[in-house]
Amino acid sequence: MTIFRLTVNETAVEVDVPGMRRLLDVLRDELALTGTKEGCGEGECGACTVLLDGAPVVACLVPICQAEGAVVRTVEGLAGPAHQLDALQAAFLETGGAQCGICTPGMLMSAQAYLDAGGGPDDGAIRDAIAGNLCRCTGYTKIIEAIALAASGRVVRAE
Amino acid sequence: MPVEPPVSSPSSLVEAYAAMAEFPPARPIAGGTDLMVALTGELGQPPERIVDLWHLDALRGISADGEALTIGALTTYTEVRRSALCREHLPGLVEAAATIGATQIQNRGTLGGNIANASPAGDTLPVWLAMDATFSLGSIRGERTVRAADFWIDYRRTALQPDELLLRIRVPLANGQEMRYRKVGTRRAQAISKVVIALAWREIPGVDGWTDVRVALGSVAATPIRARATEVAMEGRWPIPETADLAAETLAAEIHPIDDVRSTAEYRRIVSARVLHRLIREAGGW
Repeated sequence: MTIFRLTVNETAVEVDVPGMRRLLDVLRDELALTGTKEGCGEGECGACTVLLDGAPVVACLVPICQAEGAVVRTVEGLAGPAHQLDALQAAFLETGGAQCGICTPGMLMSAQAYLDAGGGPDDGAIRDAIAGNLCRCTGYTKIIEAIALAASGRVVRAE
Repeated sequence: MPVEPPVSSPSSLVEAYAAMAEFPPARPIAGGTDLMVALTGELGQPPERIVDLWHLDALRGISADGEALTIGALTTYTEVRRSALCREHLPGLVEAAATIGATQIQNRGTLGGNIANASPAGDTLPVWLAMDATFSLGSIRGERTVRAADFWIDYRRTALQPDELLLRIRVPLANGQEMRYRKVGTRRAQAISKVVIALAWREIPGVDGWTDVRVALGSVAATPIRARATEVAMEGRWPIPETADLAAETLAAEIHPIDDVRSTAEYRRIVSARVLHRLIREAGGW
């Protein structure tokens, strides 16, 4: 066991785990951040997407030893302090961008990285941004609408 | 739950060489996009010990002098896509990087990992063969250089000694050098290739026809390969319809792909020939 320090959703955390423990398991089991889901566990489906130093990665393929000192953002880091939805989450709600919900946290984080990089309401670019996230409900159209809506800045807050 | 072998995270190349030389033999981890899957145990025996290379900044960076492009082994696909030097000198590699996985994989996966993992379907491997690249390998005994053409010696076996690390890739940049790349997979993202082809050649002023033609393929043999009979057939010819027909016919006779979960031998043979035909047609502008 080794102590690793990182910042998760703007909070400094310390975990004492084996170095090859997956970031996914650290988030879910050590830090009780179960918003990040495990889908395939081998980097195919994108359900466990989180932002590592701002870049989308699949948390199932990142050993904690490689996240030492990093800044991690998970789906729990999107909503405001009083649990008010951010623009992207509100857009998913407005367009019906979530069905069964398993892909949703990963979709949100890939979409957040796209918005953070200045992405606009462009269908092709949005499809590229979420190409690594599978939706088994096949609800892509509504998801793409939601991201376009958030990118256009025209979200009606659904609080 | 995957297994969690002991891991050391050296902070210098010297420490990394020492860690690799210890017993039991270690597997290095770079971006982890292959190794972390191996830890699920579904792909055979997982490694007993791991050496984490991620913090070795000496293995990062892309540079170019008049003669070659040099790329650190820890360079990610995202870094390749964003590199002005790669876009200028080796746009085919940028194209290849864009076909690998999707954003999440491109942010972690590295060129060195792709090369050392030695999958016959490794998407960048035909690029190195077609460009006559060389790899710098390092260990506690020092550095040596191996040509890409001598690196993949058998199915998932490489010229790396058990304690050796891949350090850098060197791609010679000759005048008039061109390269085209095409991957065929089930879908555009997140697909392991059914066929991958890189075609390289030089156009030297005053010389009639293409020179130094290279045709390299992945997913059609136990290792990435060069199609040398096809190269010979194309050498000295221009990219006209007759050349494309001859090259496609020669390639279809030269390769011996197999049936597996991703495709069939017949499909791979036909598609390889057609993709090569199309690359020549695109280069010829007809």
